[in-house]
Amino acid sequence: MTHLDRLDGRDRNGSDVERERTEGGPERKRTDGGPERKRTGGGAERGGPDWRVLGPSVLGVLVRRGAPFAAAEDAVQEAMLEAVRHWQDRVPDDPRAWLITTARRKLVDEQRAEIARRRRELRDHAEPESGPTEEADDTLQLLFLCCHPALSDTSAVALTLRAVGGLTTRQIAEAYLVPEATMAQRISRAKKSLAGKGFQAQGDLGRVLTVLYLVFNEGHSGEVDLAGEAIRLTRQLVAAARSPESAGLLALMLLHHARRPARWTSHGDLVPLDEQDRRRWDTGLIAEGVEIIQQALAQDRLGPYQCQAAIAALHADAPTSAETDWPQILSWYDELLTLTNSPVVALNRAVAVGEVDGPLAGLRAAEAVPRSIPRRTAVLAHLHERASSLTRARELYLEAAAAATNLAEQRHLTKQAARLHDQTRPRETS
Amino acid sequence: MAKYLLLKHYRGSMPSPVPGCDAPMSEWTPEEIDAHIGFMNDFAAKLTERGEFVDGQALAPEGAWVRYDGEGRPPVTDGPFAETKDLIAGWMIIDVSSQERAYEAAAELSSAPGQGGRPIHEWIEVRPFLEHPPTVTE
Repeated sequence: MTHLDRLDGRDRNGSDVERERTEGGPERKRTDGGPERKRTGGGAERGGPDWRVLGPSVLGVLVRRGAPFAAAEDAVQEAMLEAVRHWQDRVPDDPRAWLITTARRKLVDEQRAEIARRRRELRDHAEPESGPTEEADDTLQLLFLCCHPALSDTSAVALTLRAVGGLTTRQIAEAYLVPEATMAQRISRAKKSLAGKGFQAQGDLGRVLTVLYLVFNEGHSGEVDLAGEAIRLTRQLVAAARSPESAGLLALMLLHHARRPARWTSHGDLVPLDEQDRRRWDTGLIAEGVEIIQQALAQDRLGPYQCQAAIAALHADAPTSAETDWPQILSWYDELLTLTNSPVVALNRAVAVGEVDGPLAGLRAAEAVPRSIPRRTAVLAHLHERASSLTRARELYLEAAAAATNLAEQRHLTKQAARLHDQTRPRETS
Repeated sequence: MAKYLLLKHYRGSMPSPVPGCDAPMSEWTPEEIDAHIGFMNDFAAKLTERGEFVDGQALAPEGAWVRYDGEGRPPVTDGPFAETKDLIAGWMIIDVSSQERAYEAAAELSSAPGQGGRPIHEWIEVRPFLEHPPTVTE
């Protein structure tokens, strides 16, 4: 891998840049999906038990021991309700163990009732307590189950956030702007589709990565920060099963998350990469992302997420937009295109071609991309503007604005058109 | 309280625009667009503060007509249509104490600044929701 040379050996300790996160004081919500909290023994150290860590962890244990997913989930919920009642005076020394015992009892009670009804035999759940490795395995198995290929993307996303992320149905509903009852139904149908599936010996890692990527990329701002949540879950995945591609996805998320403070204006307008105030990027996240992607690339098992992370790392590495190493970025797009053969990648590559070989070469590359690909018109507009055909650029910006699939992009493109209108019309004297 | 739908149109069968206020947004300056969007955000925030805001969404201009075409057949689609057709740009739902208050809110929305910072006097369609029947009817 010669073309990531410049990523090596850069000091990224962040001392030169003011850390954005310190501004909001201690109460500001942590949004970087920070390192995973300690799970064993149960997070009761500060400010009460951490239900979002405890719940999924206990669920993982039950399901690994053969409990049906839906029944196990109910049992964990009931155990947590009981904990809320019993822990008011004193939280037990090992809250997780307490919850496992209680949830298993609930599960057994439920199964006894079931047996009474159906006259079937009870399964024995007595097994030794799990160690850290088994816990990581539980997380992994839960992820594989929630991202089962039998589920649609939307269902897998909802179930993963519920069962592995430990979010409430209301929080998930809010994040996806649907009524809580709708989300509850989506989750319950997903659980039903998993009935009888159980843990697979071999999970589909690619599918898990896709679902986590969707969580990162498509959340709205509610009470819960979904991008941060996706990072937290991906950290768990990497901790449980370190593969170059899962590390690549984690690096990709961290590097994009690092830019978030600079990506929006105070009134919600999108700021494109080349106009972002790079002093507002989170250098801590960038350093971590760069380190992770370098380690992944060193294993020489390249995949699409690693390529995208490498591109993001090169952008992060440029002190100013003008200093971006476009030739290296272009070579990574070449790799990515070879791996994926995706027209979306071909379109992004056209932008890099425009930077390396000039806007006319970029236009030729972009025009070869199928018309149906979102943002093609916007890319053409940008390249025409760089080629100084302003009237054509303005028409294309308007066309792109009409086809935009989100409000921020629509506004941004309308403003690009407006800016050119301002430049191309004769100046009025007032 | 009664719910009203405030509809903004891209174009369509609304009354004629107020002269001098009909330049499309793409002919404004970027600063004028910022001011307009800022006004819209403030407007929604103000309604929320008054306890009147229910929902608001923007719609893409492109869409299609779709209908059933019989058992086992794919849906029939038609459109998009030419400029003359009515096109809804977005909506806001408010829950207010009277029709008068609904009109007042719609008029405020219509006073959003446009070119040169002047109000755009945009027509807003106001449609009352059909409510649940009351318990006491006599």
